[in-house]
Amino acid sequence: MSALTRWSLVGATWLIILIVLILPPLLVLSEALRDGLLTALQTLADPDALSAIQLTVEMTILSVAINTVFGVLAAWTISKYRFPFRGVLVALIEIPISVSPVVAGLVWLLLFGSQGWWGAALDRYNIHIAFASPGILLATLFVTFPYVARTVLPLMEQQGRDAEDAAMLLGASFWQILWRVTLPDARWALLSGVLLTTARAMGEFGAVSVVSGHIPGMTETMPLHIETLYNGYQSVAAFTMAALLALMAMLTVGFRAMFENRARRMAKAGGMEA
Amino acid sequence: MRLMAEAIFSSLRRKSDPLPGFRLALFSTLLWIGLIVVLPITALVVRPWQEGLGAMTAALHDGRMFAALEVSFLTAFLAALINVPIGLLLTWTLVRVKLPGRRIVDALIDLPFAIPTAVTGITLATLYGPQGWLGKPLAHLGITVAYSTAGIVVALIFVGLPFIVRSVEPVLRDLPPELEEAAGLLGATSWQTVRRVVLPTMLPATVTGFGLAFARGIGEYGSVIFIAGNQPFRTEIAPLLVVVRLQEFDYAGATSIAFVLLAASSLCLAGVALLRRRVARGLITGID
Amino acid sequence: MSVRIEDLVRRAPGNHDRILLDQVTVDIPDGAFVALVGPSGAGKTTLLRAIAGLDPFDTGRIVIDDRNTNDLSARERNVGFVFQNYALFRHMTVAKNISFGLDVLPGSQRPAKSEIDRRVKELLDLIQLPDLGSSYPQRLSGGQRQRVALARALATRPKHLLLDEPFGALDPVVRRTVRQWLRSLHDQLGLTTILVTHDQEEALDVADRLVVMQDGRIVQDDGAEALENRPATPFVMEFLGETLSFPGRITGGMFLPELPHVAPFPVAGIADGPAAALIRPHEIRLTPEAGGAPVQRAGSRYGLSKLAVDLGDRIVDILVPASEAVPASGVKLHIAAARLFRDDRLLEPTHEARVAAA
Repeated sequence: MSALTRWSLVGATWLIILIVLILPPLLVLSEALRDGLLTALQTLADPDALSAIQLTVEMTILSVAINTVFGVLAAWTISKYRFPFRGVLVALIEIPISVSPVVAGLVWLLLFGSQGWWGAALDRYNIHIAFASPGILLATLFVTFPYVARTVLPLMEQQGRDAEDAAMLLGASFWQILWRVTLPDARWALLSGVLLTTARAMGEFGAVSVVSGHIPGMTETMPLHIETLYNGYQSVAAFTMAALLALMAMLTVGFRAMFENRARRMAKAGGMEA
Repeated sequence: MRLMAEAIFSSLRRKSDPLPGFRLALFSTLLWIGLIVVLPITALVVRPWQEGLGAMTAALHDGRMFAALEVSFLTAFLAALINVPIGLLLTWTLVRVKLPGRRIVDALIDLPFAIPTAVTGITLATLYGPQGWLGKPLAHLGITVAYSTAGIVVALIFVGLPFIVRSVEPVLRDLPPELEEAAGLLGATSWQTVRRVVLPTMLPATVTGFGLAFARGIGEYGSVIFIAGNQPFRTEIAPLLVVVRLQEFDYAGATSIAFVLLAASSLCLAGVALLRRRVARGLITGID
Repeated sequence: MSVRIEDLVRRAPGNHDRILLDQVTVDIPDGAFVALVGPSGAGKTTLLRAIAGLDPFDTGRIVIDDRNTNDLSARERNVGFVFQNYALFRHMTVAKNISFGLDVLPGSQRPAKSEIDRRVKELLDLIQLPDLGSSYPQRLSGGQRQRVALARALATRPKHLLLDEPFGALDPVVRRTVRQWLRSLHDQLGLTTILVTHDQEEALDVADRLVVMQDGRIVQDDGAEALENRPATPFVMEFLGETLSFPGRITGGMFLPELPHVAPFPVAGIADGPAAALIRPHEIRLTPEAGGAPVQRAGSRYGLSKLAVDLGDRIVDILVPASEAVPASGVKLHIAAARLFRDDRLLEPTHEARVAAA
């Protein structure tokens, strides 16, 4: 290949990278800091902004905790026991990945909305799920459902069951096996799955948008508040919140890449010595 | 479904597995999958039929719905298509050229995965807006991106790019450079080498990446709505119409669009899964 | 502290026509060292895992110390088990691996921390790795890992030790040492040990008794000497060592080989009919015979000369003392030490014939 072709290809690559991948984050920062850092930070002190941040943190912690516990149990069940239709369970776990976020929100309205199957009945007992935080939690749970199970499952499959069998013969109970034998061995994959879930949970927009009802200060998460601010022409506030959210998500993903590298190196080292 | 439940419960009853905790683990797994996935998806599948045939027929005569679906499918297809050469080029430089700052580029590729869609949405809308860094120069050239179909495609290109790169990358990495060198020694020009040796090998992975990007594009919402303009019949995407119908309390209308979206992305991913299995079994070698 | 297996049957899950264990019955008394041997797929590991409670079975029962284990979970059997790949916990130190069985005991039964530490130290000394307590398994050699796996299995003082191909991953020299060490451990601790191996020499070396398995069935269950002198089937004979087979007939108290240059020999008390004479290469005697089978030196083994004898339709290798001269003119083979088989069963002289011979 001639040097000319080579370098024009490399040039084209950098141009694409610049336009597609570098300009957008730069723009976020530039828009947020248009009136200076102080102004930008002051927009975060707004009560609605604070409430959005708080709600996002709460929803993220809850959905990550729930999906981690059940994701680990599901991965354990599918990888360590032999029973029919395991493949179907794996397929079911993967469904949320392919579902449009809007649909992921809609399904909860079909169950708990005012016209949903159980919405009216629950309303009578003063239980509100749609257009309230339980609905936001359910939508987030659905969207982030697969990630822990999917990252932990292949590793657990590959580890086989000998260590668990050995622990059982030595008298360990179910929780002792899970907590002392299986999980410590899968900790890097688990951490990676948890971080991925975290990044997805705090950034989810479409699904939460559908079920939340967009009540500022009440049911607005950070992404929803960004939309409200942007549509209200509060550009600096919108982009400051966007920068904060993007930073949180990117840090999470960055940590994950770091740990994943480490896990891969460990797996390689273990594989060589085994 | 019934058959599956019976099989699972019979294995619950049998005390076959000595590893403790089987019942507890299986029960919590089924509970979790049942409540968070199966129940809502069932509602989506059952609901359209519950309203009676009238609502379904009404939905099927909804021109705005078909227009929105057309916009979504067309833009998702176009974006995935444009992403193929862009993605292949990026992957190739990433793997084959000792590009300075390769690690940074590698990290940047995942940016669209990492950035929340709402942030992507307002950023692209501003970037390509009439006053934006790219929108303004483009406007001088007479090209409008924001608030047009082109804007939707741009957003979907951004969102879909990692799918192509991350699908093709492992295959290209495993492809020995000797293959390209051998073709060169046999007298093939570099273009011939790329077209006859490299591209066919990467075809299955490329189709996989295309399928994943397309499936994601059909359902994408947050990154698109800010840049799309959202005019009914012209730049209104199907997921947005779902939201509009919900705001109108038209559950039947919203559900029928959602149903089509779910079916389309499921079919797409099933196709990708099938392709992968066939590649894994060696039915498609890529080189012919 | 015995293990009794009665009529154990296990069918393959998913394919009920394939039988993995076929009416297996074994009695292993207290203090015995038994090896389950056989080719791969014979069901040895399946049987061992069933005894440990790791794998299920369809019918029959396993009685350990006079307790029917059908109602006993794997955890309650208190058998020590060493896995083929050792299954050490990768994220725990050697000491933590060894103390695992004590650490997971319920609080009321768990020994004090100092007591556990003492036990770990004792076991580290026992496996001759006193300084490796704080290492991680990845840092150990195969032989060391194997000994750690043993120490872990012994920490809770089980009376029964089950080992699945424990020497499979070790190099030949280490294998022999670990083997002897294991035997002395068995004697020292008064264990009842069951070991699975596909290597018959290893089994003969270390165990009191061999249970030979084939296709899920027990073919023979005997001591080394009995297996060598009276193998139940040609398979047992062939499995235990190099074997030469000579087809022929028994007529009027004589075995008449089909091949030329093989001497007939008398057999007492066996009915006439076809038979096969199976013999070890070193048990064959040669005598010079003009125009006999051509013979050639073909190397040496264990200080014996290996001779290639051309019997026309095949060449057989036999072993003779190195001092013996090789007759240039040809040889005749004497196989009177052979075991005789008909329809895959050992032919044994009738009781009367044996009395007469005595």
